Amino acid sequence: MHSPPPTHGSRLDPWVSAYAARAGSMTASEIRALFAVASRPEVVSLAGGMPFVSALPLDAVAATVGRLVAEQGARALQYGSGQGDVRLREQIAGELMPLVGVATHPDDVVVTVGSQQALDLVTRVFCDPGDVVLAEAPSYVGALSVFAAYQVEVVHVPMDDQGLDPAALREALAGLAASGRRAKLLYTIPSFHNPAGVTQGSARRSEVLAAAEAAGVLVLEDDPYGLLGFDGAVPRALRADSDEGVVYLGSFSKTFAPGLRVGWAVAPHGIREKLVLAAEASVLCPSEFAQAVVSAYLDEQPWFDQVKAFREVYRERRDALLESMAALLPAGTTWTRPGGGFYSWVTLPGGLDATAMLPRAVTARVAYVPGTAFFAGPAKDRGRPCLRLSYCFPEPERIREGVRRLAGVVEAELDLTSTFGPQSAGRPRGVVDVPGPETA
Amino acid sequence: MSPQNASSPRVVVLAGGLSHEREVSVRSGRRVAELLRDTGVDVEVRDVDAGLLAALTAQRPSVVVPLLHGVSGEDGAVQDVLELLDLPYVGSRPDACRTAYDKAVAKATVTAAGLDTPVAVALPHTTFRELGAGVVLDAIVAKLGLPVMVKPTRGGSSLGCSVVRVADELPGAMVGCFAYGDTALVERFVDGVEVAVSVVDLGDGPQALPAVEIVPDGGVYDYAARYTAGATEFFAPARLPEDVAARCARTALEAHRVLGLRDLSRSDLVVDGRGRVWFLEVNVAPGMTETSLFPQAVQAAGLDGGALWRTLLERAIARG
Repeated sequence: MHSPPPTHGSRLDPWVSAYAARAGSMTASEIRALFAVASRPEVVSLAGGMPFVSALPLDAVAATVGRLVAEQGARALQYGSGQGDVRLREQIAGELMPLVGVATHPDDVVVTVGSQQALDLVTRVFCDPGDVVLAEAPSYVGALSVFAAYQVEVVHVPMDDQGLDPAALREALAGLAASGRRAKLLYTIPSFHNPAGVTQGSARRSEVLAAAEAAGVLVLEDDPYGLLGFDGAVPRALRADSDEGVVYLGSFSKTFAPGLRVGWAVAPHGIREKLVLAAEASVLCPSEFAQAVVSAYLDEQPWFDQVKAFREVYRERRDALLESMAALLPAGTTWTRPGGGFYSWVTLPGGLDATAMLPRAVTARVAYVPGTAFFAGPAKDRGRPCLRLSYCFPEPERIREGVRRLAGVVEAELDLTSTFGPQSAGRPRGVVDVPGPETA
Repeated sequence: MSPQNASSPRVVVLAGGLSHEREVSVRSGRRVAELLRDTGVDVEVRDVDAGLLAALTAQRPSVVVPLLHGVSGEDGAVQDVLELLDLPYVGSRPDACRTAYDKAVAKATVTAAGLDTPVAVALPHTTFRELGAGVVLDAIVAKLGLPVMVKPTRGGSSLGCSVVRVADELPGAMVGCFAYGDTALVERFVDGVEVAVSVVDLGDGPQALPAVEIVPDGGVYDYAARYTAGATEFFAPARLPEDVAARCARTALEAHRVLGLRDLSRSDLVVDGRGRVWFLEVNVAPGMTETSLFPQAVQAAGLDGGALWRTLLERAIARG
């Protein structure tokens, strides 16, 4: 069976030398592989951000969809406008945006394939490789993935329990200016932040807008959770106070159905025109069918009552998480108390490394997302002591069980640290050390 | 299962499970199932869950192929259950799995048979806690020198493994290792050519397939290097002198024999600068993914993957 050794090896991928530089960081990830276990029912996953769509009136939605196909199928199954269906844009401008204090016209709305595509389009239109984007520390991992894909440098700006710190923002802007650079975008999630779970007060919002305006930096405001405040109040969007300086991103994924992949951007005229052209180059048009379903749902169903029902579901789960963390997690652990949305940001005591701890958690049948996932590039180490817990999907009793298991994991890790001292095990290599979107 | 030719065996491939290597197992299972379906076999891929035993009992498949990596797949537990159900299966018996899966036990077994394996020590976390990590680690470095390889005694896919070149990095490597298991194996690192030798028994006794040489871009064959297509260069057969290649084959065959393995295995070896072959570990359920080593060895041997698996199935069925 012995044959002459080959002079050239195989890389099992004939195109390995042809990939763009930006694909270099698209590698298999040990951390991401661990999330494969999280999809199993034995595991309490506090990792994923899947909305609890079982709370929707599925029979009523089915009737709406059936009627839509029967009566308007020829339109709903056809190509549509690159900017999005005009009826849906009217509903977004007329019904959704006023809730966050924004007066806008349907012409200023671009419907996208989830707000994730809007993030991609804005970055594509504004950022060349090496450009700087400012983002909160920590920031939404999906945005960081987009920025990485466009080879953008992310500069993280500190935040606290009140959200993005305007003083830190001014300092970051001044630092860039001193080095002759200018940020292209300030990416921010002011309301019910993912992953930090905090909300920015109105005074700070004004300061942030003023700082960005003074530095000539466009604000990219991501607001998927704005309607999901547990006290019923809807924070006023940054966009409400700056027509020209803010691109607002909205989504139906958290208030209706993520499977439809319908989001939108509200943008100043000049930007909007470019977003439409970029969207057409990317997907021709968003799904006409999905837009028609959303539009019919908004027309026919008491959708805002459903949003209120979602708030109650998530508030009960938030309470279960906070109560069980207070009762069970070891002393020295701290966490944020979200007033809405899906997430709490936990900081571990004793120099623990949440990334290194994840395999132990998976063995104990509980999953979370390590904090390193929410920082870009060299800043990843700042997330080591932290982790994100989501409470949106599991029932309250499962959340309590998950926290009980997590508490045992943290105790065991503290025991290990008491033996070896605080240590960091290996730098996470993958860009996307988070569960896939389908994994709760 | 779909209706097939009455003479066609009905096969259940077990893949997934709850180990850290679930994703790898799922991919291995899918790939082997594809190979078998191409030979006309009726294959169902099943995860391991609370419904498995009832399904196996009701279906009574002709044969089961456990492709579970890590705990419960390679430690003999699933094989024990299949024995309880009197179902034929491909691969090693439970006791052999248990011996092979624990790297420290496997090393001791092959050492007793005269094979070379790097000197190592396996210690649980409790030892470090009770005696003090500093003094134990100092003693390890004094005995083994540096660099060393730190890895969980049980587990695969390089999870929890790291090469430690300076003593300061050792505590961090231990913490990373103990996240995956309770006992760590610290092994003298042998610098050399990394090869994997697959062994398969198609009816004429175990035979070694051509060694596959592993050259990862970053120098370390870690998880990303294993499962990112393009991140590692493989040479099959390995670029070794014929006599060294033959020694690698003999080492893998001897490990397969003394550990009492059956049907298939893959031994991971290092050839040092003087041509000496060192046994590192053996896998009773080697990876079968698109980037795995066993399928490359099969191809290098000029064998057909589907036919090979079909033969393994038929042998398992024949022995009952």
